[in-house]
Amino acid sequence: MAIRTFTPLSFLKLTLILTLAFSALARPSAAQDWFKTGTGLGVTKARLALPETAARSTFAQPLPKTFHDVVWADLDYSGIVDMVSPSFYPVQVPGQPSELKAEDWAAAPANAYMVAYGNLSTDASGIAFAGYLADVHNPTAPLALQKIYRGAATDADARRMAHQFADDIIGVLSGGQLGIAQTKIAYASARNGNKEIWVMDYDGANQQQLTHLKSISLTPRWSPDATRIAFTCFAPYRGVTSAQICIYSTASDRLIAFPRYRGTNGSPAWSPDGSEIAFMSSLNGDPEIYISDATGAHLHRITFAAGVSTSPAWNPKTGKQMAFVSDRGGSPVLYLANSDGSDVEKLNLPDMGYVIDPAWSPNGQLLAFSWRRPSGNYDIYAMDIVSRQLVELTRDAGRNERPSWAPDGRHLVFESTRTGTRQIWSMLADGSQPHQLTFEGQNESPSWSSK
Amino acid sequence: MHHSTFRKFTLLFGLVALVAIAGGCKKKVAATPPAPPPTPTLQPTVTLNASPTSVNPGGTVTLSWSSTNATDLDIEPGVGKVAPQGSTPVNPTQTTTFTITATGAGGSATASANVAVNGSSAPTAEAPTEQPGVNELFEQNVKDAYFELDKSDLRDDARAVLTKDAEFFRSYPQVKVSLEGHCDERGSTEYNLGLGQRRAEAAKNYLISLGISADRIETTSWGKERPFCTEHDESCWQQNRRAHFVLAH
Repeated sequence: MAIRTFTPLSFLKLTLILTLAFSALARPSAAQDWFKTGTGLGVTKARLALPETAARSTFAQPLPKTFHDVVWADLDYSGIVDMVSPSFYPVQVPGQPSELKAEDWAAAPANAYMVAYGNLSTDASGIAFAGYLADVHNPTAPLALQKIYRGAATDADARRMAHQFADDIIGVLSGGQLGIAQTKIAYASARNGNKEIWVMDYDGANQQQLTHLKSISLTPRWSPDATRIAFTCFAPYRGVTSAQICIYSTASDRLIAFPRYRGTNGSPAWSPDGSEIAFMSSLNGDPEIYISDATGAHLHRITFAAGVSTSPAWNPKTGKQMAFVSDRGGSPVLYLANSDGSDVEKLNLPDMGYVIDPAWSPNGQLLAFSWRRPSGNYDIYAMDIVSRQLVELTRDAGRNERPSWAPDGRHLVFESTRTGTRQIWSMLADGSQPHQLTFEGQNESPSWSSK
Repeated sequence: MHHSTFRKFTLLFGLVALVAIAGGCKKKVAATPPAPPPTPTLQPTVTLNASPTSVNPGGTVTLSWSSTNATDLDIEPGVGKVAPQGSTPVNPTQTTTFTITATGAGGSATASANVAVNGSSAPTAEAPTEQPGVNELFEQNVKDAYFELDKSDLRDDARAVLTKDAEFFRSYPQVKVSLEGHCDERGSTEYNLGLGQRRAEAAKNYLISLGISADRIETTSWGKERPFCTEHDESCWQQNRRAHFVLAH
């Protein structure tokens, strides 16, 4: 049974669960008051210093600064390191191992545990960054990371190389788990008039419009291999425009054929192996959940209850469990079932209201969703699916909906109206460090790619 | 009269349907944020709705409208100049067709909403100077069904409206419609797509129970994607919880 209030004790338990789930040094710093209790207990993050990028050539653009700022933002938001303020750094900026005075970094006031550094230079083919990660408390130990990153002398490539360096650092410090700095977020944006599908880097950079259907496109969802995006599209056919399932290939930059069904179709979700798609269809009258192959073949229905059943979400770990939204009992709330539709169970919460937008964490242990309690607005919650313990991740900040997990299980992306317009935000999975990613027009329904 | 005008109807009907389809996309997109206009001379579009569509004499009706590409808007009779979108209460004493005229750099557009006042006769019915087309008759006679929050079952007023709609469909057996479900902004995008479909299906099933053939009615749902009204209050939300008839062929 779910708990009724968010006591420090229950939070501590959830913190433990989160920490185990993330298998990392997760002690996110709390930016919101109601999370401060308990989050810092018993876990420390590695103190990491990132001196400026040493420039070994003359650059037409401020690429060394761009590189440094992007790596800094990636590491600062990773949730697993504690960035040492530059005001505590030794004066000398190391560009290569022979220039690193480890004891100066390990000593007060820096008190760094790790130092990530390197130098950027130009060569015939573009730019090259020589990157290093050193444990300054063990100066005789081999470098934790030593790698050359190459690209063109452009802002875009400097950002890409910086994300690679950041991900490599995270990989070392989290014991092999990959970072998310090179992942993408798909979303729907109406900034150019019609709602179309867009994609951006995980930090909001590089926003690009994918579709030009000049209709209404909604609810994009990345395929598990991050090569396709399934979404809801409004398409005219014989004078009637209805919601259908569309699939866009980001590999070939075009739409892939998917069958058209009667009535209203929407909210596609991928099976964990990418071979099947679950979606809502009213092809037999009532909006129910159906599953077909990714090509649309072998369609079969898995829900059978009067009312709307929609927003299917496959447990990505087991592939055998599904969460979905149904109003069969009155208001729309969450249900769990086996992915063949058997053993339907209502997910009981300690309060009434709307419960929508189920999203499983990558390890299949946490279910995030948005919940509008009778007293308030939509907020994002996460529930441990075994213990049914619950934690609120947003509060008093407009409507917060459509959570989607990053592949590291440490971050969520969601939509929020807290600025007065609907925008895409991300945050750490304990609700701290909210980052606004979009600013232009109205943006909604983010989906975080697996890689 | 019906037989002699059928051909005219069919011709008109095709044109009207084309215009309706072409125009249909534009006008309700008013709910999306202002995008930079590609050219400064776009044709204005305007929609006008009345709720409820029938009242006792002196009863209050809410008119709500939205427009695109219009700078001057005028509602007659009795309201006058208004903002590009909004709503206002009116208290008609007799059956009245309210007409909004939207004028902008790209021309002008009009839309009408009829309010039936119980016990009075429609002035439009008294002085038809020319034979109305199917589109016009459809606009005058076929009214939308409205719903409660999160509900798709039919209220008494929706049943009454649909019963009258069925009379029209019996009189004009060539008319086919698409019945579009709409929802207010409070639910989720995904759930509302399903709920809108349920509303359209509920209205369709009621018409079928009144003897209208199922193959004349195509159902679809816009969820909360094409609101008729964009204020954040109940009078506006009620406008957006409906099964809306559109002529099809």
